[in-house]
Amino acid sequence: MALPDTTEDTQGFGLASVNPDLASERLTASFSVPRLTAVLDGGAERTRLRRAVVDVIESDPVFSRENQYFQSQNERYEAAVRKAVHVRKKMQEMGWSEDGPESVYVYRALSGDVAFLLHRVFMRSISVLGSDKQVAKWIPLASEYQLIGSYAQTELGHGTYLQGLETTAVFDISTQEFILNTPTISAMKWWPGDMGRSATHTVVFAQLYIQGKCYGVHPFIVQIRSLQDHSLCPGVIAGDIGPKMNFEHIDNGYLMLKNVRIPRENMLNKFCEVQPDGTYIRRGSQKINYFTMTSVRVSLISDEVILPLMKACTIAIRYSVVRRQSKLKPGEEEAKILDYQTQQEKLLPQLAAAYAFHFINNYLHELFNRGYREIQGRNFDSLPELHAFSSGFKAMVTQYCTSGLEICLRACGGHGYSLLSGLPSLYTKILASCIYEGENTILLLQTARFLIKCFRAASAGQSVPPSVTYLAAMKPGKCTAKDKLDFLSPDIYTEAYQHAAIRLISSTAAKLQDLIQSGVERHEAWNQCTVQLVQAAKAHCHYITVKNFVETVEKLENTAGIQNIMKHLCDLFALHGIFSNAGIFLHDGYITGAQMDMVTASYLDLLGIIRKDAVPLVDAFDFTDKNLNSALGSYDGQVYQRLYEWARKAPTNKQISPAYEKYLKPLLHNKLSKL
Amino acid sequence: MCSLSRAVITEFVFLCLSPEALVINDPDFQHEDLNFLSRSQRYEQAIRKSSLMVMKLREYGIADPEEIYWFKRTCLGNFIEPFGLHFSMFHKTIETQTTDAQKKKWLPLVRGVKIIGTYAQTEMGHGTHLRGLETTATYDPATQEFILNSPTVTSIKWWPGGLGKTSNHAIVLAQLYTQGQCKGLHAFIVPIRQLGTHEPLPGITVGDIGPKFGYDEMDNGYLKMDNFRIPRENMLMKYAQVEPDGTYVKPVSDKLTYGTMVFIRSLIVGDSARSLSRACTIAIRYSAVRHQSELKPGAPEPQILDYQTQQYKLFPLLATAYAFHFVGAYIKDTYHRISGDIHDGDLSELPELHALTAGLKAFTSWTANAGIEECRMACGGHGYSRCSGIPDIYVTFTPSCTYEGENTVMMLQTARFLVKSYNQVSSGQRVTGMVSYLNDLSRQRIQPQHVAGRTEAVRINDPVSLVEAYKARAARLVEAAAKNLQAELNHRKSKEDAWNRTSVDLVRASEAHCHYVIVKLFTAKLSEISNAAVCAVLTELCLLYALYGISRNAGDFLQAGILTDTQITQVNQRVKELLAVIRPNAVALVDSFDFHDVHLGSVLGRYDGNVYENMFEWAKKSPLNKTEVRKPYLVGLNDLWR
Repeated sequence: MALPDTTEDTQGFGLASVNPDLASERLTASFSVPRLTAVLDGGAERTRLRRAVVDVIESDPVFSRENQYFQSQNERYEAAVRKAVHVRKKMQEMGWSEDGPESVYVYRALSGDVAFLLHRVFMRSISVLGSDKQVAKWIPLASEYQLIGSYAQTELGHGTYLQGLETTAVFDISTQEFILNTPTISAMKWWPGDMGRSATHTVVFAQLYIQGKCYGVHPFIVQIRSLQDHSLCPGVIAGDIGPKMNFEHIDNGYLMLKNVRIPRENMLNKFCEVQPDGTYIRRGSQKINYFTMTSVRVSLISDEVILPLMKACTIAIRYSVVRRQSKLKPGEEEAKILDYQTQQEKLLPQLAAAYAFHFINNYLHELFNRGYREIQGRNFDSLPELHAFSSGFKAMVTQYCTSGLEICLRACGGHGYSLLSGLPSLYTKILASCIYEGENTILLLQTARFLIKCFRAASAGQSVPPSVTYLAAMKPGKCTAKDKLDFLSPDIYTEAYQHAAIRLISSTAAKLQDLIQSGVERHEAWNQCTVQLVQAAKAHCHYITVKNFVETVEKLENTAGIQNIMKHLCDLFALHGIFSNAGIFLHDGYITGAQMDMVTASYLDLLGIIRKDAVPLVDAFDFTDKNLNSALGSYDGQVYQRLYEWARKAPTNKQISPAYEKYLKPLLHNKLSKL
Repeated sequence: MCSLSRAVITEFVFLCLSPEALVINDPDFQHEDLNFLSRSQRYEQAIRKSSLMVMKLREYGIADPEEIYWFKRTCLGNFIEPFGLHFSMFHKTIETQTTDAQKKKWLPLVRGVKIIGTYAQTEMGHGTHLRGLETTATYDPATQEFILNSPTVTSIKWWPGGLGKTSNHAIVLAQLYTQGQCKGLHAFIVPIRQLGTHEPLPGITVGDIGPKFGYDEMDNGYLKMDNFRIPRENMLMKYAQVEPDGTYVKPVSDKLTYGTMVFIRSLIVGDSARSLSRACTIAIRYSAVRHQSELKPGAPEPQILDYQTQQYKLFPLLATAYAFHFVGAYIKDTYHRISGDIHDGDLSELPELHALTAGLKAFTSWTANAGIEECRMACGGHGYSRCSGIPDIYVTFTPSCTYEGENTVMMLQTARFLVKSYNQVSSGQRVTGMVSYLNDLSRQRIQPQHVAGRTEAVRINDPVSLVEAYKARAARLVEAAAKNLQAELNHRKSKEDAWNRTSVDLVRASEAHCHYVIVKLFTAKLSEISNAAVCAVLTELCLLYALYGISRNAGDFLQAGILTDTQITQVNQRVKELLAVIRPNAVALVDSFDFHDVHLGSVLGRYDGNVYENMFEWAKKSPLNKTEVRKPYLVGLNDLWR
């Protein structure tokens, strides 16, 4: 082992205290766990930095999440505000800057259980959409928390479809002000985080009207609460939208505006401007309004979607080697449930997916950072590809991770259902990711639109962005696999994925064309093909993810067993996809029925191989017990003791319920009439 | 636009008009929106309602466990109550597993709710695998008592509803030891709290297991026993007995316990149908109210239910809800039909029914579980708010994938029956009932072209022909699993190991079998419906259910040569056509489920569709909007601003 600080040391447990069923799993790892952790972190140096940050955060009692599962919505909100205030102090104390490498680890160590996250989106939108002058005015105020920002886009009646927003901002030349209004009940801003109780300012998206003409949706900075006593500003009605499936700590809010006037300078005007005389000027692409969404989309995939799946895999896999149930062989001890093929088939594909998405996310970040630099230079060329990419991947990854996380939850039997397992909260939180920052079906259709366009261009011999050049290269032929081992060849399965993606995209394009030629109106033809379009977009994203996984594995150094085990995971991810979507691959006979049986055989073999490394593979994610906050998933595997201890701490066991005296006693003594 | 009235479908399909009037408008049952209450408050409300319900039951003279179950379902909606196990498992077990003397002593106490009981089976370390339970009951002939013990942490009883705070008695399942020998699991009535004071008895440690995903109002509990003694008469002795000197008398048949399991699992199938119906009602009504984006440039925003993708999400689920409804009714009827036989000692049909309900319990609960989530997501962001009601449906329903038998284990039980039947056929015997299609397999082996020859025969607009396609798929997957199992057996010595290495195939075979049964039952139902318009719309739903299932499992049908790729393309196309056909009746079809707004508990799914106004009213009631905001807030901010 190359790194001195092994996982065991940082967890603070001697091996003696580890449940022997879990300890034995760690003795047989085929690869170096610390090395893999370093690969995931992007280098051993990053691992050290991350652990140092985690250490600082977790040793501070203000950040403790110990009683989280027992707290009310109000308590959670207050704790989140307290943490937000404290984290700022802490970062100053440590000399960590907001955009430094530590800040992302701080957020992760807090598991997002902190207020004022929309404050960052507020700042980001000003940085991207604001002029230099606006940035100079607002960013220092925001960085110093002289105000607290939110981001008010979604309305009660409209979400992903931005053009449908109903809030209005009418320019009044005489006073050089915008007058903001919520004209209908469905126009009320609804859902923005930090807005129900905390925010003093928010970026409001509204339809801009100048002299009776509508110019579409634009962003405006609006003050909603007093900086002195925090009371609502005149004309502003705001509050909390009530309980949700999760995010108890966040005050998602509603906002109604009645003739609220803001100065002309409060419209974010890097790309569009209203001049004092009411002249409207546009600079650059109108699509830029989407950029904040794209950027939020990209940044959330890792923390809000992939990490939760990694945590769920850690909890479910560790628990599955501690839980023994029934017997595999008569007379023997009860078997670890992870030794059952059906349990492996539930959990190991999720583990492989977590790795696959970690790598595709890295790729997406590279793409995004390149695009961001170009846009700063007012070059918008890469925006369509970036937008299509981030849309499709956000949809695919959130959907996959959400269902993967639910599988982990259900794989833990009854105990998974207890909040103390940590899984329900992870699940209810990740669920939201399928909706926020763009509803997934709509996002996939956006990707599909891009793919159809590129397919047509490629067919006509025009150049297309690099990620879709494969569309020009439709090759006839069939899968060449002769036995099950052939399906462990990345070329074989990558080509199968490529073939499926091209087939679905081209057949949908053809169908669309047929409909239009037969006289169906364009929009109606599109609606009639949407089910297929969604399928095509998914196939494309799936293909790119498999291809990227293959390429990543090829680039890994072949030491410490890392490349081998990653190759197995890559194979598993790819074959699981073929196994579960057999119809797509069998459809045109690209893969035959006999070959499909080979796929299944190879896939099931892989489960048995990866089984041996399952625990080391989740250990490599390197979550601390405090971060997992799970009675089932702790590093030492003392599952039952912990479950019992935590349950006894439940307030329900400490308070005396009035229910007995009030209802049960009269019932048992047949004096119910007195109720 | 709608061609059918809700009342017509309700009458012809569900054949019941719920006696909602009994309770729904009763002011005693009104309460604050539970979403705004803490767990302790929710528990207290539930106890209050349970107590009131007992009063109503006495008033109406309802005493049979099944009647009580339906009374609660129809009159109280999705009411979770700490007394639930008292009326179901506790009562039912005492009724069916006690001697006459025991009945005489306990039944009046149970029926009169002089005691409150629960059913303590699951332990921290063991659930579905009952033989692994560790709690012990050791007979002491000197005092004629059983001594109950929880010997390890994992043996602590964990999860039973109503155990934490409410019950004063429990039926405890424990390994019986007498004369130094373990005689396996038996049931005992154990008092756990002092009558009068409700204090735990000496030797009993009992409490609540803490917060869960849902079931906030339920005090799921733990129970630890240390040398706790109960009289010999507290063992349930209808079948097995321990005589005063400690002699153990064996029960006649172990199949008898199947009866209760079949009963409970049939209720879960019904629950799957109902929970999915509720979610569909909310999502479909809301999709008719929500307008978004544009289908046609310049035209007003359309109802989102007009988008093909939205229809594709929701209508197959609607069809599934109807399918499961018929399956639930079928199992219930079958159970009642053969429980007479069971009473007379004829247990011949029980193994098949047991195997079938195990699989259908798993199939329907998995499907409904995923379907409820689909419905929630089809409601966009607002589905995520508690006001949509779908989060509650989900968290209440989802544990049914685990309780009363973990689903994967259930599927494998069905598979065991299927493999057994297959082997019987292979050895020349004939099998009957739902698995009789396996009889044909032997003929196919003689004529290998048979399967391929059938390809042309599948008519995708004929439900009866589709039943045949599903049958062929089930036969093929059962045969493949059985053959793979045999191949593993030929390689290895251990039967268990071979079984484990085939279990993914076996689960697939069971799923295909259950899917076939459902399509078959749905299709059979069509001929029983006399109203032509209702029959027409149900035929469309049945076709959609069957074709959507083929489309989603195209690989199975293609690989087995049951359908060609051209036919699969036709199936996909037909599914989309059916979406448009069903669209005009969609709202009527969910209205027919006949859920009252109070039971639906959803702002998005309101019958009147006034969604947005009521969301705002609902939000204003949130406790966060009632508490003083500024104080704690300013403490934080002052700190921030130093």
